[in-house]
Amino acid sequence: MVEILIDIGISVALLLSIVTLAAFLTFVERRLLGFWQDRLGPNRVGWEGSLQVVADMIKIFFKQDWTPSFVEPVIFVLAPAIVLVTVLLAFAVLPLTPGIGIAGHLNIGVLFFLGMTSLTVYGVVLAGWASNSKFALIGGMRAAAQMISYEVFMGLALIGVVMQSGSFDLVKIVEAQRHLWFVVPQFFGFIMFLIAGIAEAHRLPFDLPEGENELGAGFHTEYSSMKFGMFFVGEYASIVLISSITVILFFGGWNGPFLPPIFWFMLKISLFIGFFILLRAALPRPRYDQLMSYGWKLMLPLSIINVAVTGALILSVPA
Amino acid sequence: MNAVFLISAGLSVMTTLLAITRTNPVHGLLFMVLSLLSMAGVFFSLGAPFAAALEVIIYAGAIMVLFLFVVMMLSLDKSSEKRERSWMSGKIWLVPVALACVLATEFGYVVMHTGPSSEPAHVIDAQMVGASMLTTYLPAVELASMLLMAALFAAYHLGRVTEPVARNKGAP
Repeated sequence: MVEILIDIGISVALLLSIVTLAAFLTFVERRLLGFWQDRLGPNRVGWEGSLQVVADMIKIFFKQDWTPSFVEPVIFVLAPAIVLVTVLLAFAVLPLTPGIGIAGHLNIGVLFFLGMTSLTVYGVVLAGWASNSKFALIGGMRAAAQMISYEVFMGLALIGVVMQSGSFDLVKIVEAQRHLWFVVPQFFGFIMFLIAGIAEAHRLPFDLPEGENELGAGFHTEYSSMKFGMFFVGEYASIVLISSITVILFFGGWNGPFLPPIFWFMLKISLFIGFFILLRAALPRPRYDQLMSYGWKLMLPLSIINVAVTGALILSVPA
Repeated sequence: MNAVFLISAGLSVMTTLLAITRTNPVHGLLFMVLSLLSMAGVFFSLGAPFAAALEVIIYAGAIMVLFLFVVMMLSLDKSSEKRERSWMSGKIWLVPVALACVLATEFGYVVMHTGPSSEPAHVIDAQMVGASMLTTYLPAVELASMLLMAALFAAYHLGRVTEPVARNKGAP
């Protein structure tokens, strides 16, 4: 009974901290972008703008939650919830430290993560369809094509890690990296996973489903108030998710000298979140056909070669 | 695990029925996705977590998204819903219901004579699935790969560019 209560406590604390972190990232991102683009960014509310999130929250909660008359009402409401729920569910299998985590020892942990990211597509696609407007529909179609294509080699890119550690269990994968992080032997796998991860989170430079200069706001053009807020928080939560899974799979998870495990984990994921934001500041957006042909013609063959070479090396070098 | 099995099995029957009877194609598709997800729950409770994960990733996460993609492109509206409703009434139900009754009788007979097995016999993990794929079921895997190859050629043939497409003047 006590164990169940502790588990529930950990789950609730984890959920709250992820959502809070995701909301706080909206401020961090704008401030960092400001620094990198040689401007100030939001710096008025609280010390150096640190209470900006609170101001935004007040604003977004009290705005009129307007459902346009031409939308498909049920699915229109359901879509933002699907995005947020699937992203948050994927956190269930992440082991933050040996003690903190909900189902870290699930024997299909990696596959569960892939399954949840593939279900996130529904939220975006249905939002585009249910909005019943052209910009939103084009955004939704782009999202469907982009996320399915990049999912394919996302799975293939992390198969190398699974082969080397011999398990889909994320705790075992972290423990296998005690001496050498997988980013060294699986460098190409890491690069491809990161690119696929950015496309899955549809962040810049791969935010074609939103593409504000050509599609308005893409799939969430018709959304207002907290429904838009849920897409927004879902996007930042998926940045946290992709950063965490990259750290767990390729950068040794909680492993690190001297300091407590949770500190190392937080440090590593903050670096990756910063990298995601830097990418937005630094790179222009590709054209849609470039994005698709890049995925299928370059990344897919490379990831298959990576799997083949990893397999050949594991078989030829006796452990 | 028994409770998990019963809940997800019940859900999958219910959502499948709804998937058949909905007249709005997207609603039908979504109920089918739910049915596939609850099938994943059934697989998991029967001790096949790998099959459950594949059900979610491949069926629910990839194939159904492509279905949705096509339905979105068809831009079906109220008139198609009306047409669908007119198709799904009266005598059209007779044959499918009769066939389903035959299946249900057979199913009931099997369940009555074997009894439900409450606990999974043993958990089948990814390694065992992979090993049997490349030993016992190798011919099936090879046949499937040939089929996929044929589909790939067909797609390539359909999608090839025969003559250089004139560039649109207005395109960026």
